[in-house]
Amino acid sequence: MLQEYMDRKYRTDNKPSVEANLIKNNVAIVGIGQTQYTKNSGRDELDLACEAIQNAVDDAGLKMSDIDGFDTFILDRLSLPMLINSLGTPNVRFSCEVSGGGGAGCAVAVHAAAAVATGQADYVCCYRSLNEASGHRYGRGDDFIEYMPVALTPNYGYIWPLGFVTPLGWAGVWGRRWMHEFNITREQLGWWPVVLREYAQNNPEATYFGRPMTHEDYMESPMIVDPLKLHDCCVNTDGAAAYIITTVERAKDLKQTPAIIAASAQCCPIEQEIQTIYQRPSISGLVETWYVGQELYRVAECGPDDIDVAQLYDPYSIGGIIQLEELGFCERGEGGKFVEGGDNIRIDGKIPCNTAGGLLSEAYLHGWNLVIEGVRQIRGTSYNQVKDVELSMVTGGPGVASSGIILRR
Amino acid sequence: MVKLIEGIPIMRPYIDLDNQGYWDAVKNHKLVLQYCTKCNRFIHPPRPMCPTCRSQDTMEWKESSGKGILYSYVMFTSPKMAYPAYELPYAVVLVELEEGVRIVTNTHEIEPDEVQIGLPVEVMFEDLPDGQTVYRFKKREA
Repeated sequence: MLQEYMDRKYRTDNKPSVEANLIKNNVAIVGIGQTQYTKNSGRDELDLACEAIQNAVDDAGLKMSDIDGFDTFILDRLSLPMLINSLGTPNVRFSCEVSGGGGAGCAVAVHAAAAVATGQADYVCCYRSLNEASGHRYGRGDDFIEYMPVALTPNYGYIWPLGFVTPLGWAGVWGRRWMHEFNITREQLGWWPVVLREYAQNNPEATYFGRPMTHEDYMESPMIVDPLKLHDCCVNTDGAAAYIITTVERAKDLKQTPAIIAASAQCCPIEQEIQTIYQRPSISGLVETWYVGQELYRVAECGPDDIDVAQLYDPYSIGGIIQLEELGFCERGEGGKFVEGGDNIRIDGKIPCNTAGGLLSEAYLHGWNLVIEGVRQIRGTSYNQVKDVELSMVTGGPGVASSGIILRR
Repeated sequence: MVKLIEGIPIMRPYIDLDNQGYWDAVKNHKLVLQYCTKCNRFIHPPRPMCPTCRSQDTMEWKESSGKGILYSYVMFTSPKMAYPAYELPYAVVLVELEEGVRIVTNTHEIEPDEVQIGLPVEVMFEDLPDGQTVYRFKKREA
């Protein structure tokens, strides 16, 4: 993978044939559900999860007892047995917890799709529930002092004791190198959060609904981990979200227009541990995202120009913009120029991005809200609906084992 | 540069059988790197198998020159996301060593505005009051 990336030459001779892909056009997302996104839910994560899952089941037109599989990714604080006990799902025969943190934002859908395509389960529920605003905030430095006298793993041992305790820092190191090599400016970075905030003004469920932000506001916001300012970073969210995956055949009997999976991909390349991808020949680009994009285009038999709308996993602005490059929406090193002024990623632009406000302005639901918005764009029910959407892309996090899906009508 | 806040313990590294040699060397004020004698290449962080020749018995510890250049960095400026044991601001830097591998480290006697990509740096060691030994990088003549 790394060699293919360095050569910028995606090999097709060593990939399974598109015809043999059991997921393509056979599997769909048929139900979506969420709770309110708040700063203090006053409820347990298990409680929130039950509500979001019930909403997704109702949305699909299913019964709770139909759900026979569950899927999420690591760093989830829920107990799956307690979730099953609470939901009363009597026939669970598939469960999965994918590695890679936010990179698995779409890998969860990929694995759930593989399960239904191969008959491991009929209806898999992908769930996430967080009290990150009021409770445990993933990636906060002070947690480490409180809970951890010794680093959690050997690899964390080389970085955490240095005070290098947050994903914002890990990404800031490759982000700065990217900015350095391609002369990307802070002014350019600011357009990603500003446009996402504009989208959030039309989404009453977004954290930042009713709180607009200008580019000047962005420039004046405090530095958190240089090169990242406050508004480069994702929001804190309490809330839960869920979606349900089944076959296209079963979807015919359900309530909603299915969001059919035209392609799905995961990439776990060499020389990475969380976002510390520092041993690769170049750290100013992301093989994971490039590879996922190439595989999605190969399987869906399309290219970046065919994608109508994209939800790119953006825990920080640089993570969104660098994906535009690696997914081929602009040239490598041109991401800064591409987002300048914001028009290219606005609703009538070349590639409307994160149209519900993304992780920066809608919610940091670890990418579940991105998948849900990707589905809404297919259904035609987004608060910022792009016209005549045929193909809707969603990706997982940058700089970690990543993933992506292309949805179609 | 990193300044410790008194009374807050520093997290310790996770030492296992694969990286014991690395941390033992640090204790003795030496920076060593894993080296595959078959492939003649340095590897970092340490691992049980050479990812190139897949051998598990050709790896040894070789002392690094300790010299490198600052390849990239971040500056922690806000208590929101920083480690409470260090005074703000503090830098975390990625150093490309002469041996070709890169290591993550803190700085010693480098002012925040001097932390720049391309700065020539070399390793130094400090014994902390809690008994740990840590490595950091300071400026050097190019």
